Amino acid sequence: MTIALRWQTLLLPVLLGAAANAWAQVNFDDLLHPEERPGDWLSYSRSLDNQRHSPLTQVDAGNVANLELQWVWQARSLEKFEATPLVVDGVLYTVQAPNDVVALDAATGRLFWTYHHEPDPARTCCGRVNRGLAILGNTLFMGTVDAHLLAIDARSGQLLWNVEVADSEALYSITMPPLVVEDKVYIGTAGGDLGIRGYVAAFDVADGHELWRFYTIPAPGEPGNDTWTGDSWQTGGAAVWNAGAYDAEANLIYFGTGNPAPDWDGRTRLGDNLYSDSVIALDTDTGALRWHYQFTPHDEMDYDSTQVPLLADIEWQGRERKVILWANRNGLMYVLDRLSGEFLLGKPFVEVNWMDGFDANGRPQRVPGMVPTPGGTLIRPHVHGAINWAPPAYSPATGLFYVAHWEHSGIVAIEGQFPQAVGINTRQTTMGDVALEPFLNDDDEAFGVIRAYAPATLEPAWEFNLGNITWGGVLSTAGNLVFGGGKDGYFVALDARSGALLWKASLGGQVNAGPMSYLANGRQYVAVAAGSALFTFALP
Amino acid sequence: MTPRLALCLVLAGGWLGAPRPAAAQHATAFDVVDGKQAFQRICANCHGPDGDLVAGVDLGHGNFRQPYSDEQLGTIILQGIPNTPMPPNPTMSEEQARQIVAYLRSLALSEEVGLQGEPTRGQVLFEGRGDCLTCHRVAGRGSGLGPELTGVGQLRTSAELQESLLAPAARVLPNHRFYRVVTAQGERVSGRLLNHDAFSVQLLDTAERLRSFTKAELREHGFVAPDMPALQAAEYSEQDVADLVAYLASLRGNTP
Repeated sequence: MTIALRWQTLLLPVLLGAAANAWAQVNFDDLLHPEERPGDWLSYSRSLDNQRHSPLTQVDAGNVANLELQWVWQARSLEKFEATPLVVDGVLYTVQAPNDVVALDAATGRLFWTYHHEPDPARTCCGRVNRGLAILGNTLFMGTVDAHLLAIDARSGQLLWNVEVADSEALYSITMPPLVVEDKVYIGTAGGDLGIRGYVAAFDVADGHELWRFYTIPAPGEPGNDTWTGDSWQTGGAAVWNAGAYDAEANLIYFGTGNPAPDWDGRTRLGDNLYSDSVIALDTDTGALRWHYQFTPHDEMDYDSTQVPLLADIEWQGRERKVILWANRNGLMYVLDRLSGEFLLGKPFVEVNWMDGFDANGRPQRVPGMVPTPGGTLIRPHVHGAINWAPPAYSPATGLFYVAHWEHSGIVAIEGQFPQAVGINTRQTTMGDVALEPFLNDDDEAFGVIRAYAPATLEPAWEFNLGNITWGGVLSTAGNLVFGGGKDGYFVALDARSGALLWKASLGGQVNAGPMSYLANGRQYVAVAAGSALFTFALP
Repeated sequence: MTPRLALCLVLAGGWLGAPRPAAAQHATAFDVVDGKQAFQRICANCHGPDGDLVAGVDLGHGNFRQPYSDEQLGTIILQGIPNTPMPPNPTMSEEQARQIVAYLRSLALSEEVGLQGEPTRGQVLFEGRGDCLTCHRVAGRGSGLGPELTGVGQLRTSAELQESLLAPAARVLPNHRFYRVVTAQGERVSGRLLNHDAFSVQLLDTAERLRSFTKAELREHGFVAPDMPALQAAEYSEQDVADLVAYLASLRGNTP
């Protein structure tokens, strides 16, 4: 350590008081080894494997019943609050929809600064939302609903650079948190329901210049283009709109891709429609496709596969295996080898009627007739999915995969139209919103659960019934806890091994985000966005 | 305009098979078809195919957060509503927005079918022998336990109204579902379900009191069929049913 650094360490807190907390320093090793900084939350799901598992243990299953509200930060916006904050050295960074970045004192919720981005008019399918930030050094990165990528100084809130990733007038937008690996920041493009051609691109963290681009729909002459008929590949969707993952050993980044467009009518795009509804593994340096697995070939039910890829090392048939765990919107749960893409296991985790098994290569076998028809076909799960985009969690301590999802959902698929509800058993469940709304579903209609699954078998270990459906994610902690919430505005703490309810708080707004946990002044906090506010809790 | 005249206009429009009153002044059937396609493609993802998925908004039945003119609705479709999930649609033309408005208006006024009835006779039946105000409210009179009917003629077709009279259990909208609880002390409370979640349930009980219960403290709880009796052929003639339908169809007041 240099003399200058030591001087800084000793004197800055005295000279600047709380403002010294705003000193952010995150290098790539920190992102790669977040266990070295247990009190921070440095990326969307805390670690680049997206396990969303906090090693903090102050709050545990024995004392969580005493958890108390510490502070609330009310967003100026009344749009959906889907962001998971970052916390670096006692400073909490989050996004006020659509694209304002705020820096708060993580112990008190007091504001350091706000960076306001006024997006150009942009069309998004499902609200002008943002799911979070990335950080490297002293720079925060944010994608915007008008399809720009911004770099913002984490100390001052000043804009460092702003590049257009795609043309928002061509219906591109960005809602996902960026992914940072070494000197690159990766972002994907939303708009798959509106007929874009999706892609992931890498940008230089220093100045934002584009380094490479991978289109999720191959161009003519490229492998896979023959899975689209006519010119449908040009407007085929396959957007990338949720967090990616990184495996250092494989030097691969992983993203899920969205539905092919048009969503509910496959007649103009016959074929498998690669690489829609897939997980793609890209070379970190070049963007070259190393492998892919398509969850729903020729999708006509809008089963985006943009769930958060969760990487884990699990015991698989007697030996450790590096896998991706994936609970998909199509109602199926998967274990894939993340180095090779090999399909290891897949099975329904909710009621599914569009497929009835897998072939030897892991391709789902369609049930004849279970497609959109002029008269309508009841298909399960719902078009909004068994799960949508909400982040899951994995605990290395319990070895369980935690997922918040829907049960008993279905929809009537009509050729060329938005699917329709029929009868009470398929009552539609609305997308997430800010305010609470009446929940009136009968017991055999759609409801939400948090479930724990054993990764090696994908069998459920326990279930907590949330009542209403959920658009919220889950958090696992080393205190043997799982936190989650849903549309009814409750935030709950469950025993990670049994699912027993240990604590709850009624937050008065829908939980549409993933919870997280951090240390500030040596004290553990648990935070989650609900309604249009961010709530934090700690022990007295 | 008398209720009778209003009904005649409604029926006349139905025979002609074209969109009626407000929408018909400017919109053509082609507009409605194009508007439907645009609605299904652009709006249905959030609003649902029937336009009733956003809380407090039922586009298919003319139920907006406030009474908008066609022009105002078109502006909202194009520009969105700031600070809400309703986004702007910068790539949509004014023409397309107008077609969507035409489609929504046509839904709210979709064709009426059924029998010729006499609304005034229907009102006598409704308030007298039918005893409907015991559970329903019209223009401030009656009970709030069952569905509010002040503007039901704007919200439901005659066919739907007839079905509700003859087979009320056939289609119960979620916001009209009934729920029953038995407390630990043995008190039995039933009423219209207002909300329930993993931990609690909220009702409007049969005495029109707002009640909230913690599920863990209840001996029993669950859905029950609403108390609405079906009209029996032995007690009500076909003309009685037609008169009741005509009366209900004439109720076009502003629902509170």
